[in-house]
Order: sequence, then C-alpha cells, then structure tokens
Amino acid sequence: MKFRDKLKSLSGSWYFLGTIILIYILVSIFNQEIYLKSLDFFSQIIYKVIPVFILVFVLMSLTNYFITPKFIMKHLGEKGIKKWFFIVVGGVLSTGPVYMWYPLLADLKNKGLSYGLIACFLYNRSIKIPFLPLMILYFSWQYIGVLLLVMIFMSIVQGISINKLMGVAPLGVSPKGTRSQKQEVKNENSYSIRRKNAR
Amino acid sequence: MQKNSIKEATIKAGKGLWKAFPMILGTILLISLISVSIPKSFYTTVFSKNIFLDSVIGSLVGSISAGSPLTSYIFGGEMLSQGVSLLAVTAFLVSWVTVGMIQLPAESAILGKKFALLRNITAFVLSLIVAIITILILGVII
Repeated sequence: MKFRDKLKSLSGSWYFLGTIILIYILVSIFNQEIYLKSLDFFSQIIYKVIPVFILVFVLMSLTNYFITPKFIMKHLGEKGIKKWFFIVVGGVLSTGPVYMWYPLLADLKNKGLSYGLIACFLYNRSIKIPFLPLMILYFSWQYIGVLLLVMIFMSIVQGISINKLMGVAPLGVSPKGTRSQKQEVKNENSYSIRRKNAR
Repeated sequence: MQKNSIKEATIKAGKGLWKAFPMILGTILLISLISVSIPKSFYTTVFSKNIFLDSVIGSLVGSISAGSPLTSYIFGGEMLSQGVSLLAVTAFLVSWVTVGMIQLPAESAILGKKFALLRNITAFVLSLIVAIITILILGVII
C-alpha cells in the first residue's frame, strides 16, 4: 500500500491526535513551562484511567459475548408496556456504533415498529454498562444511579412525544388521525402478531 | 441465543477501544493543555451560575461534540474539577450521548429526515430537563 493510500485509510480521530501532538511540539518550542506542566497533568489523568480502561475492556468483551443483535431483535416484537420495557433493555444492552443499527431499525420500522420505539431504543443506547466504572471514577454512585434512572424515564417520554409528533398513537391504540397514521399502527400490531405466531 | 465466541467478543472489544484510542488520548492531551493554560476564572465566566443558562451552554457544547462517551466522561469530570456546575456538566454529558449531529445525515437518509430532526431536537430539549431533574433529585437525597 502506498503512503498516500495509508494516509487516506486513517480515520479522522488519528488526524485529531496528530494535530494535538503537533500543538504540543509547538508549545514545547515556545513555552517549555506550559509544555512540562501539561505533560505532568496528562500523566496524572492517564495513571488514574488506565486501571478503569482494563475493567471497561473486560466488561465490553462480556457484553459482546452474551448480547448479539439477534438476541435483542428477538425481544422487540413484544406488545404494549412489555414492548417499551424490552426496547429500553435492548437499547441499554446494544453494542457497536449507532450507525450500524440504523439499517436494522429501518427494517423493523418497515415491519411496523413505531418511530417512538425507535427513538426510545436510540436514546437508551447512550447508557453504556461497560463504561460505568469510568463514570463512577469521575462522579459519585448516587449521581450515576439517579442520572441513569432519569434518562431511562425520559427515553420513554421521548418515545411517546415522537409518536405524537409523527402522528402515531402510543401503545398501538387506534389513532384518530390520517389513513397513513392508522396504517402505521396497523403495521405495528400485525408485526407483533406475526412475531407471536412465529414463536 | 447464538453467542459470539470468546475470542470474537474479545477482539471486537479490543477493536472498539482501539478505534476510540486516538480520540481519547488526543482529548486527554488537549484537556491537560487547556487545564494548564486557561485559568479557572475562564470557566466561571462562561458558566454564569444561572441554572438555565448554564444547562443550555452545557447542552449546546455537548450537542456539537462528537466521539466516544468515554471521552465525554473524562471531559465532564475535568470540567467539574475546574469549577463548572454539576448541572452544566450533566446537560453536557447527556447531550453528548443523545444528540447526534455528526450522525444526522446518515440517520436522515435511513430513518427519515423528519424523524431524525425531531429525535435530535427532542433529545436536546430533554438533555436540559434530565440535567435539572437529576440535580433536583440529588439535592433531595444527599
């Protein structure tokens, strides 16, 4: 591979790191004091986060081992309140980059999953169990506990709001809206029935 | 349930962390430089101790930022140690992970423009509400 091709294959984050290193080189030339103090500060943070990253790595491996997209999708076809519960759990347990989930969610949307449930799933993806040790390192247990509970509650609020804004009735209740809105709810219900029959 | 093999799961975790590595390392280096060069008084100027304004600033900064949530925790933790209020830091953390400005084009293309816009706008508004409720609850239980 040519050097130019190798450069092209690098992600933006490597360019970001390169730029920061370049800034450090410039600072070391123009202001040795700030440079040395920054390195000292940097080493303090690194010393603090390295053990936590090892724990994060172990937890990520365990999550990848036990939770697969297939396992999550299996439970998204539930009905009513139960469906919201599984969406929340699915979102929290899902791994990998968010864009990886868009095609799967689009497919489920075509099969009848409402926009609100998709929004709820995406909101709960922001809760990362493997990253909890690092959160606790910087914040307190109580803070993290309260924050996560409020976020889970708000994910449902967002889901219901999105359903209303997009014209879909929550929990699959027949809407008083347009034909397309009714069709959407009908799709959602028929999807649940199909999933139930398949099981 | 079909599980990944242990080797696959470990490799996937390693790849995930390796992908985030340059951004995390760069962020820690940047935080170190900023913390040393910018006086603490700067943060107290930007975050005015006004409960609503602080959370709006925190949410705005979090919304336009991108990267692994790990980076946001490190950044948020250091902001807190620089004297920024927990309310602003909470709004920042929540909007960082729930508002996806960078993924917006992909989300619009695959899930629909209206949905993507509504989801991100409501996520931004909710980041303010989540921050306020969290701080209010903490104020009661601690």
